[in-house]
Amino acid sequence: MSDKKPESNDTNGRKPTLPPGMVAKPGPTLPPGAKSTSSGPKLPPKSSKFPPGMKPAAPSTEELVGGDGSSAATRADFTSDQDVRWCPGCGDYAILATIQRLMPELGVPRENVVFISGIGCSSRFPYYMNTYGMHSIHGRAPTIVTGLKSARPDLDVWMITGDGDSLSIGGNHIIHIMRRNVNVQIIMFNNQIYGLTKGQYSPTSEVGKVTKSSPFGSLDHPFNPIALVLGAEASFAARTMDRDPKHMKDMFTRAHDYRGTGFVEVYQNCNIFNDGAFFQFTEKETKTDRTIYFEHDKPLVYAGGTKGLRLDGFNLESIDLENGNLGINDCLVYDETSRELAGIMARVYWKPELPQPFGVFYREDRPSYDDLLHDQIHAVVDRLGKGSLKKLLEEGETWEIA
Amino acid sequence: MALKSVETLSEATVLFAGDSGDGMQLTGTQFTLATAYAMNDLATLPDFPAEIRAPVGTTYGVSGFQLHFGSIEIRTPGDEVDLLIAMNPAALKVNLDRVRMGGTILVNSNTFEPKNFKLANIKSNPLEDGSLDKYRVIQVELTRLTRETLKDFDLNQKEVDRSKNMFALGLSLWLYSRPVEPAKKWITAKFGKNPVIRDANLELLKKGYHFGETTEQFVTRYEVAPAKQKPGRYRAIMGVQALAMGIVAAASKSGIQILYGSYPITPASDILHTLSRYKNHGIVTIQAEDEIAAIGTAIGASFGGSLGITGTSGPGIALKGEAMGLAHMIELPLVIVNVQRGGPSTGLPTKTEQSDLLQALYGRNGDAPIPVIAASTPGDCFIVAYEACRIAVKYMTPVILLSDGYLANGSEPWLIPNPDELTPFNVSYAQKTNKELDGEQVFWPYLRDQTTLARPWAKPGTPGLEHRVGGLEKQEGSGNVNYEADNHELMIKIRAEKIQRIQADIPPIQVYGDPDADLLIVGWGSTRGAIEAAVSRSNKSGKKVAAIHLRFLNPLPSDLGEVLSKFSQHLVPELNNGQLVKVLRDQFLLPMVAMNKIQGRPFGPSEIAEKIAEMVG
Repeated sequence: MSDKKPESNDTNGRKPTLPPGMVAKPGPTLPPGAKSTSSGPKLPPKSSKFPPGMKPAAPSTEELVGGDGSSAATRADFTSDQDVRWCPGCGDYAILATIQRLMPELGVPRENVVFISGIGCSSRFPYYMNTYGMHSIHGRAPTIVTGLKSARPDLDVWMITGDGDSLSIGGNHIIHIMRRNVNVQIIMFNNQIYGLTKGQYSPTSEVGKVTKSSPFGSLDHPFNPIALVLGAEASFAARTMDRDPKHMKDMFTRAHDYRGTGFVEVYQNCNIFNDGAFFQFTEKETKTDRTIYFEHDKPLVYAGGTKGLRLDGFNLESIDLENGNLGINDCLVYDETSRELAGIMARVYWKPELPQPFGVFYREDRPSYDDLLHDQIHAVVDRLGKGSLKKLLEEGETWEIA
Repeated sequence: MALKSVETLSEATVLFAGDSGDGMQLTGTQFTLATAYAMNDLATLPDFPAEIRAPVGTTYGVSGFQLHFGSIEIRTPGDEVDLLIAMNPAALKVNLDRVRMGGTILVNSNTFEPKNFKLANIKSNPLEDGSLDKYRVIQVELTRLTRETLKDFDLNQKEVDRSKNMFALGLSLWLYSRPVEPAKKWITAKFGKNPVIRDANLELLKKGYHFGETTEQFVTRYEVAPAKQKPGRYRAIMGVQALAMGIVAAASKSGIQILYGSYPITPASDILHTLSRYKNHGIVTIQAEDEIAAIGTAIGASFGGSLGITGTSGPGIALKGEAMGLAHMIELPLVIVNVQRGGPSTGLPTKTEQSDLLQALYGRNGDAPIPVIAASTPGDCFIVAYEACRIAVKYMTPVILLSDGYLANGSEPWLIPNPDELTPFNVSYAQKTNKELDGEQVFWPYLRDQTTLARPWAKPGTPGLEHRVGGLEKQEGSGNVNYEADNHELMIKIRAEKIQRIQADIPPIQVYGDPDADLLIVGWGSTRGAIEAAVSRSNKSGKKVAAIHLRFLNPLPSDLGEVLSKFSQHLVPELNNGQLVKVLRDQFLLPMVAMNKIQGRPFGPSEIAEKIAEMVG
């Protein structure tokens, strides 16, 4: 929180839209029901994924479909010849289809795309993409993508992981890739269970979860993945769900366009070992009341515009927009660049009285690790010149023996 | 002034010892530089505690730097010490057993007082109780002389007392007729921004040197003539520097970018420190969050077409095991440097040992052979690092490079190599599809070179060669995931055969010493100097003994069996509880004799010579 004194907040019967001490940005105050005049949320300018001065690898001169990044590429061009071996009905299929459909739209030549994963059901993903890829070892994908992007910042790297892979065995690496802000997309499939090892509780499983390894109920308090990565200095964090391909695609695109670590948590149904874990958020009957799709610079409304969220101190509370007392102007206007709001929003987590949020929680303009790394190398080369092995060998005190 | 007599020595061993805050490593390094200037051959052994600043005056806080130099060939840091410079009673207590009978002990007599005796757990004053009667003792009031020299300098007492090592350095340079210029140059450059400290150190160095000339305590001054060495340009080199430069040479000769990912660990951290300065030499360095991340970054870099290298010591290797298995499975080039230290567990972090050989050879799940290559001298670290990189790329495999604490921190004069004379190091990446399948041109990432069995290296960004690798078993050729029984067995055999074929890159074994001997000593790693010095000494006294030294521990040289069969007895000296000896017994079914030292210190030639005498009479 800022050390500044609170601005004189307008408190005539209304609650401040921002926590005390936080300077309100002049945001749009829209009349109820009105559409925003701007064409959409103020998104960061679409940046190419390449650092300054670095060009993407030369496009193919061969007649390879998608090789020149033209719109000629299709989903099929990104589909490998390997049989997909997930269980029928698994949420992973929808995520795979969404990414395969998204790829041609992103326009990155196929040969410059790399998918790296760890271990687990989700981590079989790279085998199904007709791009470069590596199915690595449990929890270590963040280390491999860090090395890959450090060596090859020109590549468009996606990391595929799960809740066990990234938050349990790979917990140390996920926090460090976040603070470094390596320019990659991380898609974390969260199904709140260990699938590949046949159904043990995961670090996101709820307390009391009865599984093979917790026959009397799990005692472990679960992680809140968005809060975890924000605590680890994440610069971009979003949440989406397998049952909403449109929103998924939107979140993946936002993560891809972000120059830094674009972290997206995907609620993914494991229909074998944890079926229905997210049904209250994903199924028609309950979805409207139990979720909020929020966007930058827009008021927090849900339930078909009948409800909204406003700040009550440091907490969000649900307000009724239909009883005539409160309107859309009373709702908090979300600012995805506010670390404080991201923290508050991330803590809206499995609360019976509040809807589960889906959208971009946080985005910060911060240089990516691979950009900084190569800027530093260029600066050293500029200062010292390109190194000579011969000179290096002879550096320091030497003497001649005749 | 008394006229000093000058005695010419063929070799001498000096040991500087004091508190870890006394600057003994620095004093030793500067004495080494001056000795290199005097064109002597030399070998050094820094020996410091694991604690950064252990309590002053205690035995466990003693830091030492041993240097053996001469006009003859010097192969080890010396069996016995001729001159011990002990800055306090604890340093004397810890190192006394290393001084030869009749050797000289120079002490800072100001520190020989009850408080320090108590700290060092010494019952009576060794300068008075007769315990040093077998030695020549020179008492110098280093603390008082230093304070007197610097009384007009604007420095506090702590700063003054900290500088007394420069007085000791000046005095020892005088005693062995070494040039003062290198130390002067170093002080001037090091303290350029702090003129008071600079001038104080220069003054002490000078006063120490003059003290030697004027004091009546020294009647003899020594000279050591230049050694006969191969003509050429030389520098003093530590193993860690040579290793880092070998990596730079690999980048320079091959043209590939190298990424070094490492997590700080004694005694390997200096490789990271050194390489992180070489950013303009095509080296990218990452200080990773842990040992596993360090090797992960290296594997990621290699997947991208760079050469990934990671460096650590034994405990770090234990953590990297799974990732090494991945690198073996996905057949990417990778170099894993292990600067060995005393184990197991945290063990003796600052002491040397060769006890990670079996870990290097076998320390992974599944049948996962990885080539293992070991350096034998500080300078040899250069060529071994270069070779490790070259083999990794040529055979598309991880390679383990074994160094150790003694090699990393020890130094020797080094004939600077000519980069043009290094073995060529060519890298070729796959550019085209390599297989026709159902009338379609495809890329098979596991379609091998028939000579080396290496798979093609296609780097991301190459159109048409998109492919996936991973830790699951591969189908030979296509590289697709495959769980079939026959294919798995075939792949295990192929990967093992590929490593075995590296024998083609191993030169024939050179036998050192008497080729008609009955006894053959088989060594590896940093024991080379001690073994060959012992063989040479034994041959001179008529003992029939020879030695071979293994650079490659996996695969073993193809002519090893033949060479071993020419000798009736075999001795395997190692700084561990018997590891290479197990491997050799296993492969050659010969009754090898093990000789083991597990004390955190290298072998001295005399220990091995004694064993030779015992075996061949």
